[in-house]
Amino acid sequence: MDAQSTIRVVIAKPGLDGHDRGAKVIARALRDAGMEVIYTGLRQTPEQIVTAALQEDADVIGLSILSGAHMHICPRVMDLLREKGLSDVLVVVGGIIPDADIPALNAMGIRGVFLPGTPMQSIVEFIRSHVSPRVETI
Amino acid sequence: MDTRPLLPGAPGDGLESWTREVLEPALARAPERRAAFTTVSGRPVERLYTAESAAGLTHDDVLGAPGGFPYTRGIHASGYRGKPWTMRQFAGFGTPEDTNARYRQLLAAGGTGLSVAFDLPTLMGRDPDHPLARGEVGKCGVSVASLADMEVLFEGIDLGAITTSMTINSPASMIFAMYLVVAERQGVPWTALAGTIQNDILKEFIAQKEFIYPPRPSMRLVTDVFRFCADEVPRWNTISVSGYHIREAGATAAQELAFTLRNGIEYVQYGVDAGLPVDAFAPRISFFFNAHSDFFEEIAKYRAARRLWARVMRDRFGATSPRSWQLRFHAQTAGVSLTAQQPYNNVVRTALQALAAVLGGAQSLHTNALDEALALPTAEAATLALRTQQILAHETGVAGVVDPLGGSYFVERLTADLEAEALAYFDRIDRMGGMVPAIEQGFPQREIAESAYAFQREVETGSRRIVGVNEAVGDGGSRIGILSIDEAAGARQAARLEAVRRRRDPAAVEGALARIREAASGGANTMPPILEAVRAYATVGEMCDALRDVWGEFVEVPII
Repeated sequence: MDAQSTIRVVIAKPGLDGHDRGAKVIARALRDAGMEVIYTGLRQTPEQIVTAALQEDADVIGLSILSGAHMHICPRVMDLLREKGLSDVLVVVGGIIPDADIPALNAMGIRGVFLPGTPMQSIVEFIRSHVSPRVETI
Repeated sequence: MDTRPLLPGAPGDGLESWTREVLEPALARAPERRAAFTTVSGRPVERLYTAESAAGLTHDDVLGAPGGFPYTRGIHASGYRGKPWTMRQFAGFGTPEDTNARYRQLLAAGGTGLSVAFDLPTLMGRDPDHPLARGEVGKCGVSVASLADMEVLFEGIDLGAITTSMTINSPASMIFAMYLVVAERQGVPWTALAGTIQNDILKEFIAQKEFIYPPRPSMRLVTDVFRFCADEVPRWNTISVSGYHIREAGATAAQELAFTLRNGIEYVQYGVDAGLPVDAFAPRISFFFNAHSDFFEEIAKYRAARRLWARVMRDRFGATSPRSWQLRFHAQTAGVSLTAQQPYNNVVRTALQALAAVLGGAQSLHTNALDEALALPTAEAATLALRTQQILAHETGVAGVVDPLGGSYFVERLTADLEAEALAYFDRIDRMGGMVPAIEQGFPQREIAESAYAFQREVETGSRRIVGVNEAVGDGGSRIGILSIDEAAGARQAARLEAVRRRRDPAAVEGALARIREAASGGANTMPPILEAVRAYATVGEMCDALRDVWGEFVEVPII
């Protein structure tokens, strides 16, 4: 029997913003790195994102936020994850995020915050080193 | 073989002997850094361009003279010697009061036009008190929900004395109607108003994704504005066909050029199909391009755009007015090229990109501020961005000569190559039945996503160098102060909205909204009932909901 480990990632675009270049590029990069990626599409509410993470049995949620609404969206996502017993899901955020907001995002449990210009490889490595991948028996 | 000397100092028998006797020994001593050189779009560039590279490209029917068909060298005979480009800085944040203050500051600092950035709830047709607007009011632009907000936004600014560009698409008709009513109340006749609404829904489906209704009814709103303005607001640019967002989403220069102009063709076709004579509305179509980092490719892109459009309008649509042939464009430096790392580097990037736009003959220009990879710009950063344009205009001498790169072997070759690539895309899209069907099949979206990923791969492998990111990385750079948006903007906007709802006449609002629905389901122009609703202080959300009732909302199938 083969044992195979696959990291499952939900990439989500919360809020009203439609700039999805980053979300789509990172979704492909993670997929090319061997992860299983579910892209939710645009304008997902925190509820929809957490439901997707639950249904997809995600190890990681990646939020792409460029609109400045991160300090409203992120706490809601983190609260919902706790309510659903998904506190072990690794949450990372990428986008236009002022440095000053990073400590607050970290404090609410968001482990990785990635600004414009972050190499894809460093996001891949961050995820690999912060997730303990499930071992699936096929 | 052509035996004319090609270069000063080259042996008399031309390129071949130069290659043998001069180049090859030089390469043997000092090999080139890379096997191939490419533009930022991945287009290979030769080592050297010669008269042969540009053979035939300086003929009159290809190059033309400035101000003459096919306008490769510009639409004005005297370039910027008469009138420099308009320095139009895109701005908007928080409440209408906040943004009004920024506008007065920009005008006082020498800005020559206004450009309104609306927040996401406004762009998506949601009022500030809607649940989906939570946390987004005033963040990416100014919040405008009703005529009451628009009155504040332009308070103390004479709409007869300035030109205003408004970046608004799905709710373009509603916001435009508000501007018209504010002008009316200032006593400025509509025939004296000049400015632009973006009103380019096709690129929303392709790139920026701020759509509300499905593509076909959305096109109906656009043509309604064409018709209305042809009769009532003749100096207004009814659309700004935008490549900017297409490029920001990852398109190459050629794709930006091709998809933008093909969108332009689609709008003209819809206008003609709606029964409008082409020369009645085509002169009011304007364009908006990105000014990206690859200097010569960008200049060539603008030149190719003018030539393509002139020929399309004359030969494909039979337009006879030179004003229909002339492509006028606004440019904005590439937001996507800015880095959070070492933010002061962004000042330099922006200056060089702006120079490309000027050498390419832009009619108006926005320069990005150095802090835009981090937040909306501070007043100080926005002023520096404007100063960059003023230095270009007044100190560098580049505004003194028309199309100074015309006749450059390289620039002429690049112009022709970009044009050919765009024409090939036109053919493919024509075979799909036009841009609307192409968008419905996800064609441009897929092409752009591929290019975006290819670019990112180049950055990853290091074959594409970005200073501060994968080259000269240093220490992460300087910390800079950034603008924070007052979180109370949402509450203040919701409160004003509540006051508006209390004092207006509900029957007048309901009646106007019913007439919007009626026009949308029938064939009447939607602009008159929208104007009526605006005068009754109906909100953007209510007017957009009236159209949602009739047309529904569009949900895209994401392509990754």
